[in-house]
Amino acid sequence: MSAPVRKLELGRVGESVRRVDGIPKVTGEFAYSSDLFAAGMLWGHTLRSPHAHARIVSIDLGGALGMAGVHAVLTHEDVPGDKRYGLEFRDQPVLAFDRVRYFGEPVALVAAEHPEQARRAAERIRVEYEPLAPVVDPATAPEAEPIHPQSWTQGHGYRDDPRPNVVRAMVIRHGDPESAGDVAVTGVYDLGIQDQAFLGPESGLAVPDGEGGVDVYVATQWLHVDRDQVAPCLGLAPEQVRIHLAGVGGAFGGREDLSMQVHGAMLALHANRPVKMVYNREESFVGHIHRHPARIWAEHRANRDGKLVCVRMRILLDGGAYASSSTAVTSNAASFACGPYAVENALIESTCVYTNNPPCGAMRGFGAVQTCFAAEAQMDKLADVLAIDPVELRLRNALAPGDTLPTGQRVTGSMPVAEVIRRAAAIPVPGPEPLPRDAIRLPGGAGNTTRGEGIRRGIGFAVGFKNICYSEGFDDYTSARVRLFEGAGGIPMAEVHCAAAEVGQGVSNVIVQVAQTELGIEEIVLAPHTTATVGSAGSASASRMTWMAAGAVQLACRAARKELEHRGGSLGDAEIDLERVYRHRETTPLDPETGQVTGERAHVAFACAAMRVVAEVDVELGLTRVVWVGTAQDVGKAVNPQAVYGQIEGGTAQGLGLALMEEILTRDGVITNASFTDYLIPTALDMPAVVADLVEEAEPDAPFGVKGAGEPPTVVSTAAIVAALRDATGRELTRVPVRPDDIVGL
Amino acid sequence: MPDVRIALTVNGEPHEADVWGGESLLFALRERLGLPGSKNACEQGECGSCSVLLDGTLVCACLVLAAQADGHEVVTVEGLVEEGRLHRVQEAFVEAGAVQCGFCTPGLVVATADLLERSPDPGDDEIREALSGNLCRCTGYTKIFDAVRLAASR
Repeated sequence: MSAPVRKLELGRVGESVRRVDGIPKVTGEFAYSSDLFAAGMLWGHTLRSPHAHARIVSIDLGGALGMAGVHAVLTHEDVPGDKRYGLEFRDQPVLAFDRVRYFGEPVALVAAEHPEQARRAAERIRVEYEPLAPVVDPATAPEAEPIHPQSWTQGHGYRDDPRPNVVRAMVIRHGDPESAGDVAVTGVYDLGIQDQAFLGPESGLAVPDGEGGVDVYVATQWLHVDRDQVAPCLGLAPEQVRIHLAGVGGAFGGREDLSMQVHGAMLALHANRPVKMVYNREESFVGHIHRHPARIWAEHRANRDGKLVCVRMRILLDGGAYASSSTAVTSNAASFACGPYAVENALIESTCVYTNNPPCGAMRGFGAVQTCFAAEAQMDKLADVLAIDPVELRLRNALAPGDTLPTGQRVTGSMPVAEVIRRAAAIPVPGPEPLPRDAIRLPGGAGNTTRGEGIRRGIGFAVGFKNICYSEGFDDYTSARVRLFEGAGGIPMAEVHCAAAEVGQGVSNVIVQVAQTELGIEEIVLAPHTTATVGSAGSASASRMTWMAAGAVQLACRAARKELEHRGGSLGDAEIDLERVYRHRETTPLDPETGQVTGERAHVAFACAAMRVVAEVDVELGLTRVVWVGTAQDVGKAVNPQAVYGQIEGGTAQGLGLALMEEILTRDGVITNASFTDYLIPTALDMPAVVADLVEEAEPDAPFGVKGAGEPPTVVSTAAIVAALRDATGRELTRVPVRPDDIVGL
Repeated sequence: MPDVRIALTVNGEPHEADVWGGESLLFALRERLGLPGSKNACEQGECGSCSVLLDGTLVCACLVLAAQADGHEVVTVEGLVEEGRLHRVQEAFVEAGAVQCGFCTPGLVVATADLLERSPDPGDDEIREALSGNLCRCTGYTKIFDAVRLAASR
């Protein structure tokens, strides 16, 4: 069942090279987690809660077990070990007991020979629910009945908030928050729930090993943290659970939390047969966490010369039913609330609450998206009040090395904010497109709603930034293992093991390019990504994987080279096999009362981006068309420039989705649009050309000077697009996604 | 569970399979015929990831019942490789960097091959409209358009 070992021919760091998995992906041979097959395998199915909040009165298996082809029917009573799991706090039941807290929460499992048999058997299970009033308003959640009486997230070193349903409430107090400027602007901003909407649904194959253990082949972002959650729930030792990376059809944060891992393993161990689980699209919408919806109250005070004096912001995030990574999102939203600007005085309050809405956690941009949308709207308001050009206003406040962040952290590494602003502003903006033209190039598109009457053009600009790598004292490391040996004909070869999840971002290329650069040999073999042969790589998230994998592979390669020298430069029949662990500089937690750093830094590094957007708006029908995007992004060093441009273009598209169309809709906590018919993501007709300029200023402490590239475009593009719509319409547009009603003023 | 025997031609080869009447052509290709290249991203005709040619017409394999394909001819992404050589569209997708996670890629490759068959030198608007039924979540489409133009130029 192990993935084939791939031999690669590639370039070195800094060269645009083809993806190592490119050919199998265009021929259909690449094995995604939903493509797997094992002899005698069964199909798993999950019975889920139809209620957002209910007490489970009883579960009657209703003869499901006796049905043809059915081999296992399991409930919470069958969970062999810990009944709960969680990324940061173990607050989420493997299978619900006593209570369901969100729509779609897993309640029972079935394994059968055919997926339809499994579905039908699940329909036979009778779960008696006593519906409870769902807590759906995040503003009043801290006064509602507690969804988790155990207060899982309190007592962990954060500022403990005694109110019910508070996941985390933090405050950053910097300078004198009462400082007044010559002018002040205020605003209230809202963001809907965005979904990662990766195309490859949650899926995987669990195979019992015949000795009580299990191998799980799954699409995930962090193999070892999956193992560390799965094994206790199965009542197994960590080494009895091996998690192997199957092909990942996109992630964007949505695969940080477990989906089918424990469920598939339970069914496989129970039935003693391999079990495959594949969610359909509707199930996928409840099968993973989402981007936190937010309401943000902001006040920006500045002097006549445009210099920011004080920023005050209150952020309310709806974490939904379980904590996931909400505590870190809460902090990130606060950390980046002021945008990449030097501000001497600030008061930032960031609160995340439990509700019975869909659970939220990591999504590309991780808290910084929400506050960038609010902060950049505020900067444009200031520019307007002060009659200063919006780009110029941003330049006057641009954060630079040596400046202090609102957390008290001094910026010591690379922070080319002014440079990305100048470079983005210097990209020539295309002139207005003449009329008449094909309807496909007008707002409304193939809907053929206009010939150009009622169309106004607008231009927007925004800047954003976010942290690279894990923060606040987290022990963030990546392991890599290198095996040097002589291949046929005495050719020196290297096999590199790293559990870094290839989620489409191209980290496999990073690993191989770094190995080739460090070892100077062409024959590099990338071993399968697995918990079985190498230590943890940490998560493919927080824009950290390029930096961390490069660091670990570089260390391991250098150690191998040194060992080779020690042996006189020749291997003969012997081989060198060693593993090294890379850690970035230490970070420390924020003070729970003041939100100030307790050491030199809470974040290890930052990346910024600036973006200009041209949009057209049909102001009568409320329809939009993004015409053009020009952006400059701080990338440190592009390991594979073609892949970095790809990250910028794709990240921009996801921000466009949030700006214009993407929102999970709920009624009393129940998702009402769980399909691609109703939850719209950008198509080929929605995305404009993206002109991107890479700002390569080396990060001093990172291997090869790299930074992550995945998140900054998503952080900034929603803000930049809505700025263009405001310019076109003259409306405030304080909510995303912007709806036709908002544009028309209904 | 299977209750229907179907016989069809896939990528030029005759195949027979026992399927359940409710199974889609997509399921049969992936789970019965060992051809998982066509992808299961939405299974309701919204995303184009399962695009195949059915008697030469571009369809979503998830919207065709396996039993309906009985006696017909299907070409999947696996069938575009000829004598071990990549189709020019496949080559162009790799070269242009149009592949990231790659889950949409098989459908886009088949849809692009179909487009270039009908329209050898498509304009930008034509490319956008032709591929607007194929969702991609990773690339923002920029490099996919590059790949289509590159393939058309060859």
